[in-house]
Amino acid sequence: MHNRTLAQLAAALRSREVSSVELTQYCLDRIARLDDELNAFITVTAEQALMQAAAADQRIADGEASPLTGLPIAHKDIFCTAGVKTSCASKMLDNFISPYDATVVARLERAGAVMLGKTNMDEFAMGSSNETSYYGPVHNPWDHALVPGGSSGGSAAAVAARLVPGATGTDTGGSVRQPAALVGITGLKPTYGRVSRYGMIAFASSLDQAGTLTRSAADAALMLGVMAGHDERDSTSLADPVPDYAAELEQAWDGLTIGVPENFFDAGLDQNNAACVRQALGELEKLGAKLKRIELNNVHLSVPAYYVVAPAEASSNLSRFDGVRFGFRSEQQSGNLAEFYERNRGEGFGAEVKRRILTGTYVLSAGYYDAYYLQAQKVRQLISDDFARAFAEVDLVAGPTTPTPAFSLGQKSNDPIQMYLNDIYTIGANLAGLPAISVPCGFVEALPVGLQLIGPHLSETVLLRTAHQFQLATDWHQRVPAGYA
Amino acid sequence: MDWEVVIGLEIHTQLNTQSKIFSGASTRYGATPNSQACLVDLGYPGVLPVLNREAVNMAVKFGLATHCKIAPRSIFARKNYFYPDLPKGYQISQYELPIVYAGYVDVVLGDTSKRIGITRAHLEEDAGKSLHEDFRGMSGIDLNRAGTPLLEIVSEPELRSATEAGAYMRTIHTLVRYLGISDGNMQEGSFRCDANVSIRPRGATKLGTRAELKNLNSFRFVERAIEHEVERQIDILEGGGAVAQETRLYDSDRDETRPMRSKEEANDYRYFPDPDLLPVLVEETLIEKLRLELPELPDAKRARFVADYELPAYDAELLTASRATADYYEQLVTHTRATPKIAANWVIGELTAALNREALDIEDSKVAPEVLGELLDEIENGTISGKIAKEVFEAIWRGEGDVKEIIASQGLEQISDTASIEALVDAAIAKYPLQVQQFREGKTQVLGFLIGQIMQASQGKANPQQVNAVLRAKLAE
Repeated sequence: MHNRTLAQLAAALRSREVSSVELTQYCLDRIARLDDELNAFITVTAEQALMQAAAADQRIADGEASPLTGLPIAHKDIFCTAGVKTSCASKMLDNFISPYDATVVARLERAGAVMLGKTNMDEFAMGSSNETSYYGPVHNPWDHALVPGGSSGGSAAAVAARLVPGATGTDTGGSVRQPAALVGITGLKPTYGRVSRYGMIAFASSLDQAGTLTRSAADAALMLGVMAGHDERDSTSLADPVPDYAAELEQAWDGLTIGVPENFFDAGLDQNNAACVRQALGELEKLGAKLKRIELNNVHLSVPAYYVVAPAEASSNLSRFDGVRFGFRSEQQSGNLAEFYERNRGEGFGAEVKRRILTGTYVLSAGYYDAYYLQAQKVRQLISDDFARAFAEVDLVAGPTTPTPAFSLGQKSNDPIQMYLNDIYTIGANLAGLPAISVPCGFVEALPVGLQLIGPHLSETVLLRTAHQFQLATDWHQRVPAGYA
Repeated sequence: MDWEVVIGLEIHTQLNTQSKIFSGASTRYGATPNSQACLVDLGYPGVLPVLNREAVNMAVKFGLATHCKIAPRSIFARKNYFYPDLPKGYQISQYELPIVYAGYVDVVLGDTSKRIGITRAHLEEDAGKSLHEDFRGMSGIDLNRAGTPLLEIVSEPELRSATEAGAYMRTIHTLVRYLGISDGNMQEGSFRCDANVSIRPRGATKLGTRAELKNLNSFRFVERAIEHEVERQIDILEGGGAVAQETRLYDSDRDETRPMRSKEEANDYRYFPDPDLLPVLVEETLIEKLRLELPELPDAKRARFVADYELPAYDAELLTASRATADYYEQLVTHTRATPKIAANWVIGELTAALNREALDIEDSKVAPEVLGELLDEIENGTISGKIAKEVFEAIWRGEGDVKEIIASQGLEQISDTASIEALVDAAIAKYPLQVQQFREGKTQVLGFLIGQIMQASQGKANPQQVNAVLRAKLAE
């Protein structure tokens, strides 16, 4: 049962092979049995899930089900969920029960999806290894000594370990695609603005985008179809109509030109990783795609530009966590207002969050703004221009998702620069607001490797179709980590 | 030394939209603390601002009325600082690209007027209120005001005295109320002002070091605070000192300014474009639509009153000080046969006095313009004298009846039949032979005395013109 995809489980529910309550209970049991060692969940909402499942069964019986009705999913703990703890994996919000649902949560609930719980993540989505969580690191199902990637590490591990068939994530610099690659699942980051950010606790507002972690591109299409669409509560959400992604999957796929940026394969990329990705590109060629060498010359600037823009926005976005209205407030309450803030924020935030707030505050300060923030915005434009030039010639860009397979817990946690370089291939899509997907494309020393496809603005249908075709021809995405089969 | 005073004003006016600038919560004043603050106003995790376009429309109207350029694209920025009544830890404001800029207003100063440049006016959200008095050892936070739209109007440093600053502030106040974009209520903080004040030797081109005066929430306070500040700066400079660049708070109880915080210690606000909001686009078609919605503005109305009603500039200025006063006056003029000048005298005189006495707005006048018109008609008809009319006005104000009732019931009709007047005059001539003789010897001033006595004898009811004519005729006999 747990090896089935969302699409397969939907069919099983409709044929009454299994009920949503049974399926939900099955997943809850699996979480109870297996999550102690993974630490993928911060909160499991068993009672609420079973109630939602019962309602879903009723909807199915009444013939009012939509494709996701009755299917268990999990939400990254960055999405606000009414009446349920929404911690962002921070001590700052350990006591925070959201009074409202994020748009993503509300839409999936309306579609009848059953929420099993809230998944672990890097604190405020700041991290690439899930080691900055206040609730402890998440372990990679392929090897518990390794990180699952981050920041959506809990969602990725839960899906890879077959605790849940699909989960939401958020991707600011690679936080969906990178963990998807490191645990061998499919991670989709849609076009900036395709999915509403309302109720998604902001890290870097101009980069944040909700995405999906699933075991197939077809499942990503199912979830995105429900999540996407304009939301009047998010001014940056796009008004463009939402295609039927699931139906579009099966449309004809040929004559596609795929650009391969050769500088993505330079010395920074693990050579075994490179071989896997090259092999996958060969597979796409065999399927009828035309490969074309392209240049994305400014990619080496993407990490530095990102680590100016994202912390700048974060330093402002996280100002609201002051201990005045909600969240953590230090027990020690003497002294003046400045000390009140210092204690609440000093004790409530973890080290990586503080590092980024300090960096962001610095780059926005008078006298530094032009040299850092404005300069980074110019670089961002250069990177967007590079992609625009590329998409004048090719339909998609393909390359590695990460420089290496999963690394060891603790290996990079004391070296922020090494940690940040993990996102070198993923950040470009965020800076340019483009949709991108990571799909499993092979193994290096028994660890999964991801192939990344990046498309032009609102090209999710093409991305998903390409990934789907690849998955029809390969079985990398069906490999199960030992112990979770 | 002869000093020149240089003043620029920053006026914060609350726009009277129904809901807040970035949320759907009500902007109504005076509700229970924190009852009008939704999750967006409270800065909850995950919430996002959505611009209220009505605030944009209002800002554009202000720009059109002040000859400003309207930015086709303006940007909201975040102004970052920590304070408990600022829930998000930043205020959404406009920084580099304001919605309107580079305009002016003409400020009437006695018989002349002066053109004052408007540097810019930008949209922003108000903060909440901190209440330090009512909580022992703690502060209360009321976020009802958080997110209320403000238009911050920044003048060029072209004001040269406290009087000019006050006049400019009144001009802007009148204008925003004419435009219907703000109630201008100063007690409730809907119209507030900061003043940047410096002095320099007359003839110098370089600006002196300025002090920023905060908390000037009445016209009187603006003028007094600036006067004090100018004196303070002159004392410092003439004593060989240097003015410190600082923010000073005006204390109206002690009528003094005192330093609030020095600019050196002031926050670095770390402005940057707010990524949650798209640029504000204002299309030419919207500008034209809003232009058509503009009411007649004070300048135009004043000029029309002078031209059409043949009023002195001073009267026109007073009558157009608010749209409601001007509307009352025009109603009155259409409802009376009295001349527009007489109507103006009544509005400026009796009516304003009565309103001021009871601190009423003209909209709440206890004598409607139609009623006042009827009263003035009775003067025109000769039914009552102007003096008696004032008594009738007060009686109507007190709610004792309508014009005709009061005149009839109190026997106030003017005496204008010739026989009665002649009788009154004869009686006076008989009673004051000495004065009659003095008049006949050429001491014409005594005429006034005699008329006064006759009017008194008639209890003010005799028609004064008739009394005058009959008395002169009889004395000439």
